[in-house]
Amino acid sequence: MLSFPRWKVWSITLTCLFVMLLAVPSLMPESARATLPGWMQAVRINLGLDLAGGSHLLMEAQTGDLGRQRLESMEDIMRRELRTGGVRAEELSTQGGQLSFRVADEGQRTEARNIVNRLAQPASFGGTTEWSVAAEGDRIIMRPTQAGLDAAVDQAMEVARDVIDRRINALGTREPTIVRQGANRIVVQVPGVEDPEALKRLIGRTARLEFRMVTEEVTPEQLQAGRAPIGSQILPTAEGGRIAVQRRAMISGDQIADATQGFDQQDGTPNVIITFDSTGGRRFARVTQENVGKPFAIILDGTVISYPVIREPILGGQATVSGGGFTVETANQLAISLRSGRLPVELQVVEERTVGADLGADSIRLGAIASIVATLAVIAFMIVTYGRFGVYTTVGLIVNALMILGIMAFFNTTLTLPGIAGFVLTIGAAVDANVLINERIREEQRKGKKLHDALESGYREASTAIFDANITNVIAAVLMYYFGSGPIRGFALVLGIGIITSVFTAVNLTRMLVALWVRRARPKELHI
Amino acid sequence: MRLLKLVPDDTNIDFMKWRNLALILSIIVTVAAIALVAVRGLNLGIDFVGGQSVRVTFTQAPNLDELRGRVNSLGLGEASLQEFGAPNVIAIRMPLPEGGEAAAAQAATQVRQNVTQLHPDARFDAVETVSGKVSEEFFRSGAWAIALAMLGIAAYIWIRFEWQFGVGALVTLFHDVCMTLGFLSLTRIEFNLNVIAAILTIVGYSLNDTVVIYDRIRENLRKYRKMEIVPLLNLSLNETLSRTMVTSLSILLALGMLLLFGPDVIFGLTIAIFVGIFVGTYSSIYISSPVLVWLRVTSDSFMPKDPVSRAARGPRNESFDGAQV
Repeated sequence: MLSFPRWKVWSITLTCLFVMLLAVPSLMPESARATLPGWMQAVRINLGLDLAGGSHLLMEAQTGDLGRQRLESMEDIMRRELRTGGVRAEELSTQGGQLSFRVADEGQRTEARNIVNRLAQPASFGGTTEWSVAAEGDRIIMRPTQAGLDAAVDQAMEVARDVIDRRINALGTREPTIVRQGANRIVVQVPGVEDPEALKRLIGRTARLEFRMVTEEVTPEQLQAGRAPIGSQILPTAEGGRIAVQRRAMISGDQIADATQGFDQQDGTPNVIITFDSTGGRRFARVTQENVGKPFAIILDGTVISYPVIREPILGGQATVSGGGFTVETANQLAISLRSGRLPVELQVVEERTVGADLGADSIRLGAIASIVATLAVIAFMIVTYGRFGVYTTVGLIVNALMILGIMAFFNTTLTLPGIAGFVLTIGAAVDANVLINERIREEQRKGKKLHDALESGYREASTAIFDANITNVIAAVLMYYFGSGPIRGFALVLGIGIITSVFTAVNLTRMLVALWVRRARPKELHI
Repeated sequence: MRLLKLVPDDTNIDFMKWRNLALILSIIVTVAAIALVAVRGLNLGIDFVGGQSVRVTFTQAPNLDELRGRVNSLGLGEASLQEFGAPNVIAIRMPLPEGGEAAAAQAATQVRQNVTQLHPDARFDAVETVSGKVSEEFFRSGAWAIALAMLGIAAYIWIRFEWQFGVGALVTLFHDVCMTLGFLSLTRIEFNLNVIAAILTIVGYSLNDTVVIYDRIRENLRKYRKMEIVPLLNLSLNETLSRTMVTSLSILLALGMLLLFGPDVIFGLTIAIFVGIFVGTYSSIYISSPVLVWLRVTSDSFMPKDPVSRAARGPRNESFDGAQV
């Protein structure tokens, strides 16, 4: 129990020193850390948003829309394919989340079925079957499969993540975290946000831009009743009115090469200048040539923001979006959104936590003060209670605290405010293993055991209790980590790491210190 | 230097003498705690019921009535205003607005704008919005975590000791969690995600304490085959009393410093653990141990015929201590 061969002394000492060294970059002030080589700077504890200040947003995709969109685009394709195939289909509908139509002519049913089967085939060989096909009497029904929907959601979420990434990076914010969570959620964490509302508007905007012709042959009564003529639909305008537009878009946001914020040449109000890609530009030129004198609508996320009249063909491949009460900031945001592509799904903020940078700084300062005072208080208590053994405990305690920080830095874990509480709690609890041992030594000595025997059996007998008692804490910490979210995880992590390091320091480091002292000083009696 | 001894060497308290009294008392208080939670409820934070919480620091203590009137006039539901650590720091809390998640996302913005109009130099320290869906998930996972922690730890103790000890641990945990919830209900401390962490910590700590005592009881059961259970429990409790006091006190010292000097945001978490340490220490003496009497634990429970506990004890000891002398 007290025999420590030289290799063991070295390995314990070196392990402790090495792990403690890992904590050093994290403890240095920002300016001093900047002078370190890169790999050393990388070994450090990240501060959670509650300490650094910033915004945490949990966004959830409205996947219901996605299913509808898929169905509608399949409807378009189906119409075209049936027409090219010469099949006369009736009652084509997307009711009830499925695509169905009737083929009146019996002779065309096989042909219709072939077309549908071809469309329902997986995009790649061995890919997921996205649609199931069934025939009921003279109707052919195409249903999206769950696997197909899931795959579509998955794909849409990947795209959404990239889009958000581009949008946030366009703001020039440092170190944002954008990760997917579960099937249909994205977590966005941006440190040091000044205006979380602007951030939310920016990343939440679908930014689906479309140019459509305005349907002019519509009566005010029809507009009022919301009954659009065939091939048209009624959309709200930015000013709060209503307008009828063609269902078919003449050009969409996917054909945009660039978008920048600019100013109107006449009245100087902010606007957004759009540059189309080559196909988009050609198409825009053709449509504007054909429709001189007619109004067209610029539609953003389902709202008509303006509907100017085409005065002359626009051949330069550029268009200007104005109106809609743009400010420089909102125009700039729209430009960023359009540049970064549209979100394939609508995202809604389901959880938001924003902490101001000042509060975060306060929390760090108070947390550090509390940690230091708590450590000092516990140290004083240990020394008063156990004397020399209290000093060893203290060494173990300080090494333990630094080792926790070192391990956290090594794994680049995030320190949160509850994490600081976990740290302080660990400082209190870390002495437990030492207390168990010291009390046991006292007890053995009281029973009349000699110094060596008392130390030996003190360490031996205490070890079962230390082991069992710490396992219970590990169970609690693991469950907290597994089930907890955000701040709880930070707490559980610190607690978990602290349990491991405190057992390590108690049964190895302090025991070694005691053994070395006994070997060197050859004490006749124990004062404990 | 004379060393501090919290518990004198020859301490021999007859803890078990009051076990029936303690039991009645514990049952009364536990029932009262459950009743309190049932009747008065917990002050559930937005983590569990959804809604908005905005924390604002004003340059000086604001007129609360004016502020409340302004926020209520937004028609977002009844706002609750609370001082947060200092008179000029106010936490404004609002329920989930009607009209779904889109409306919820708007609500925080409106509050922010209105407060800024009233107090232009107000500083927004924190804005939190939790939707109904997410809060339900938090609630479920929190309940799961606590339930699993209790069962997991009890199962571990059952495996390592005997079934009576497992039951004892479970009863103890139930008591501790009830007491903590009762305390939270009584003081109206906001019940949020942090408090779940606190409860799990209490569960872990209380069991830590219980296990240390159980470990000693097991050791003594093996050592003193002929001793009656009640004196044996007393002996074990007295032998571990000094450790119990020193450890509890050092944790309370550390947490006390956090309460005094730490940031206000984690006050709820810290005070819950602080109180839980007292409850846990009491329960490991007066609940975990008497349960063993009622469940008739005897030294036979650890007779060598039981190969499991022996096998578990023997070899692990050696590997755990590293080098042997």
